[in-house]
Amino acid sequence: MRVWKFGDDIDTDAIIPGRFLTIYDPAELSKHAFEGTRDEFAKEVRDGDVVVAGSNFGCGSSREHAPLALLGAGVKVVVAKSFARIFYRNAVNTGLLPLISAGTDSIRDGDAVTVNIAGGYIDVNGERLPVEPVPGFMKEIVDAGGLVAYAKDLDEVKTCSTE
Amino acid sequence: MAPVDAAMIHDITGPLAVRVFREMGGERVYDPERIIMLFDHQVPADSIPAAENHVFMRQFAEEQGIYNYDLIEGVCHQVVMEKGRAAPGEIIVGTDSHTCTYGAAGAFATGIGSTDMGFVLKFGALYFRVPESILVEVEGAFGKRVGAKDLILSLAGDIGADGATYMALEFTGDAMHDMNMAGRMTCANMAIEMGAKAGIVAPDAATWDYVTARRDIEPFTLEGDADAVYAGRRHYDVTDLAPQVAVPHNVDNVVDVTKVAGTKVDQVFIGSCTNGRYEDLAEAAEVLGNADRFADGVRVIVIPASRTEYLKALRGGLIERFVEAGALVEAPCCGPCMGGAFGLLAPGEVSLSTSNRNFRGRQGSAQASVYLSSPATAAASALYGEITDPREV
Repeated sequence: MRVWKFGDDIDTDAIIPGRFLTIYDPAELSKHAFEGTRDEFAKEVRDGDVVVAGSNFGCGSSREHAPLALLGAGVKVVVAKSFARIFYRNAVNTGLLPLISAGTDSIRDGDAVTVNIAGGYIDVNGERLPVEPVPGFMKEIVDAGGLVAYAKDLDEVKTCSTE
Repeated sequence: MAPVDAAMIHDITGPLAVRVFREMGGERVYDPERIIMLFDHQVPADSIPAAENHVFMRQFAEEQGIYNYDLIEGVCHQVVMEKGRAAPGEIIVGTDSHTCTYGAAGAFATGIGSTDMGFVLKFGALYFRVPESILVEVEGAFGKRVGAKDLILSLAGDIGADGATYMALEFTGDAMHDMNMAGRMTCANMAIEMGAKAGIVAPDAATWDYVTARRDIEPFTLEGDADAVYAGRRHYDVTDLAPQVAVPHNVDNVVDVTKVAGTKVDQVFIGSCTNGRYEDLAEAAEVLGNADRFADGVRVIVIPASRTEYLKALRGGLIERFVEAGALVEAPCCGPCMGGAFGLLAPGEVSLSTSNRNFRGRQGSAQASVYLSSPATAAASALYGEITDPREV
């Protein structure tokens, strides 16, 4: 499993450009992942590869096509120093695991990586880096395999009062 | 989980939300009257798949009894505001990151993805993390041809693209409350460009005038608690603020216009949910003045944010002036800002745009460059064919 390393502020327009938003199939979307900004990604990405980035990964548009394009490419985990809010939710909801790690600076493009979700760490370059687990309630969504699977078993939801 | 007062879906992210709603076993939406549907990103349909999306959404609206504004009313955020679908204290979600615009009406409004929206369509509620708030206090009076867009760009430059991630920006201070609703919408709209979940202006007389003109609702007091705890406080004085420009390829890459004056532009876009209102078009027209034509070699695209704003500009003579000066005036829609419909850039081209994002590839080729500015700076630059300080025109 190799690392695809990206920098800070990778926006969802870069992950999947606006002209492909009429596509909804993850496999089709993945053919255009990072088109124009990193063309070799779609050609060379392999099932199980891991995207590693700096801070604010997935900023910008709310397009869920972004996590779907990564999932379609076989990427199941993104490790970043921080995530933009909407992308983070979209990833959890669709079954792409967003892991936060302060130590992504030392990870290089092409490094071999192993992700141990249960253990809360990744192994890369012979180094073990801790990753923050998905918080509280969102863990239930992750464990269910995404929000669709989580919602299927629900008849109604309990809401808090906003009064 | 918190109950959702209103949910907005459009032509790009709506179809996926409807698919998810069905995958979740959804048959009837929780409340068709709380769902706002319209088309604005690929309008009129620019491809057969876009046309198919419109048909798919129309069928869903009819099946569920949802009122569909379809493609005639304009850009989603302007339409939600001007139709009175947002009011103080409401929780509103939309499958568009700039849903935070409704914070100008005192609503807690935030952008969500399509799977979240599928859940909302089914249950009328969504899981939220209550955000911390940053208090942004703005004082002073804007100088000539400087305004809300310059303020919010300078804030983006100062706070940074992720400086408010998962937080709410609470705008306050004399300069905010002196600002008209169009300006407040510009500011709230771009809260997301700092990573914020919401950007809120506490409702005052201007807010209530705007909301009560559009909806039968009794005004009430809604403000931050006196002992509220803020994650941060920032103070700005706009008195000496210069026109601001975000330079490629990040919204927080912001400089005074003087730093980039003289940069040649191939296209100028005046419009979008950020700056496509009558007030924005009037600001551009004022800079245009009596000039005969925009500069040779510059494509000027003007897109009013809604049918209502278009009619105001038409009746006010603005549209005539823009067309006389050589602009292409398009029907209300997202236009070049969506980067897939029309008004795209070729490799190496430069655009100056009043919209909200200058990401690489946002308006066409990833080898093109997008700068962001106010309508006044955009109009001045269109007149001279290069980025121009509007105070000098």
